[in-house]
Amino acid sequence: MVDLLDKNKALLDRMQRVAEAGSRVGPVNEKLLSPTRAIIDGRDTILAGTNNYMGVTFEASCIEAGQQALAEYGTGTTGSRIANGSYAIHEELEQELAGFLGMKHCIVFSTGYQANLGMMAGLAGPKDTIFLDADSHSSIYDGCTLSGAQLVRFRHNDAADLDKRLTRMGDTGGGHLVVLEGIYSMLGDRAPLADFVEVKKKHGFQLLVDEAHSFGVLGPNGCGLADEAGLMHEADFVVGTFSKSIGAIGGFGASNHPMFETVRYSSKPYMFTASPSPASVATATAAIKVLAREPDRRDRLQSNSARLFHGLRGLGLELGCNEVSPVIAVKCADEPSTLVMWNELLAAGVYVNIALPPGTPGKLCLLRCSVSAAHTEAEIDRIIELFATVVAGNQLAAASA
Amino acid sequence: MTDDEQEIFDKLSELLQPFNEKQVELKPQTEIAVDLAIDSVSVMDFVMEVEDHFDMDIPLNVLSDTHTMKDMISVVQARKKT
Repeated sequence: MVDLLDKNKALLDRMQRVAEAGSRVGPVNEKLLSPTRAIIDGRDTILAGTNNYMGVTFEASCIEAGQQALAEYGTGTTGSRIANGSYAIHEELEQELAGFLGMKHCIVFSTGYQANLGMMAGLAGPKDTIFLDADSHSSIYDGCTLSGAQLVRFRHNDAADLDKRLTRMGDTGGGHLVVLEGIYSMLGDRAPLADFVEVKKKHGFQLLVDEAHSFGVLGPNGCGLADEAGLMHEADFVVGTFSKSIGAIGGFGASNHPMFETVRYSSKPYMFTASPSPASVATATAAIKVLAREPDRRDRLQSNSARLFHGLRGLGLELGCNEVSPVIAVKCADEPSTLVMWNELLAAGVYVNIALPPGTPGKLCLLRCSVSAAHTEAEIDRIIELFATVVAGNQLAAASA
Repeated sequence: MTDDEQEIFDKLSELLQPFNEKQVELKPQTEIAVDLAIDSVSVMDFVMEVEDHFDMDIPLNVLSDTHTMKDMISVVQARKKT
């Protein structure tokens, strides 16, 4: 009989190559010092790869809310909201979020990944067609597969390509859902929403925007890309996560659709998993309040992002996109050199993400930074300095070799 | 192979070349992902090239049953008719 894990031999080889290069993907944080500092391998390390955009993970009001919820509601919910019922704080969180977004309805999921599984599968069925951007996050692909809908992939950020595919498809007799992301997690670029809205007006599909990396980050109200573009009314459905700007765990779907509440009953990733734990729910609610009352966090994130973006570009490094974004990815030559540089950066005191194919578009090897409002200017400058020493020198050597 | 199949095979081979880094010789029975050792994203990118060349949509759902070049020829033939 075949061993089920035999097919993972290529993965094992890759894990061994990473280990031989000197580390393992996902190092252990021995102690967290702040939203932007941790002890890794005994060293004080700047965290520049944790998507902690708003820096709320050590916010006193959030910690206090979490502790109070633990004391009042216990450690876990021990089941789904359909089976066990909701806690008052689940509904409070949904109301807080709906208010923040200016939308009528909000459904909270247990993780961000499940929010996409639950929304795609809750909205679309086998007779429908989902058009998804080629660079979509894995949770979107998996949610689409779970839905049973027909899946059509269009070229990344290309509204004309979507238009072509919708025209070619014509009327299928089912619904059409188009899925975009506010900020794409690997390269940091945004969807050109106004262009897609023009296509929406022509074809009349329903639009879902995944604001995982842009919720709390973009727009005058921090609601995401649709808010920044002044097109909130065109997003039929918004998805987001609590694991980035909110500093907790969980996710959500929101909409003004009058039947949106039915998604709770058409979505197995909502129905058949434990609801978010009391501490997570309470910290998420507290964090949304922080985001609402402290809009200057977005200003600090923007200025930190601009500082790192221009600093890295000034070193002659090629970045993932041409606009300032809290996701700043440096393109590298190949996997072995990226691994070496990533290890050297970590040893020198900065943690960034290493992103390799097939998790990246276009087979890119990336050293991906995510900026926080909580980074100090000195920390940003130190990151630039380390990239100058470790990456810029190496890239120039590779280019002249 | 019929003339039509040969023509589609030749075109698919040409579209697959940029993804065929190991320069594996392509035959009708070649398993695209396995024999060329290319990842799932590359397979989807290849399919997008096929869609554009033949001006057709090939929903991702059909890919789970599409492994070989011959399977891909059948997909293109079937969708040309619709």
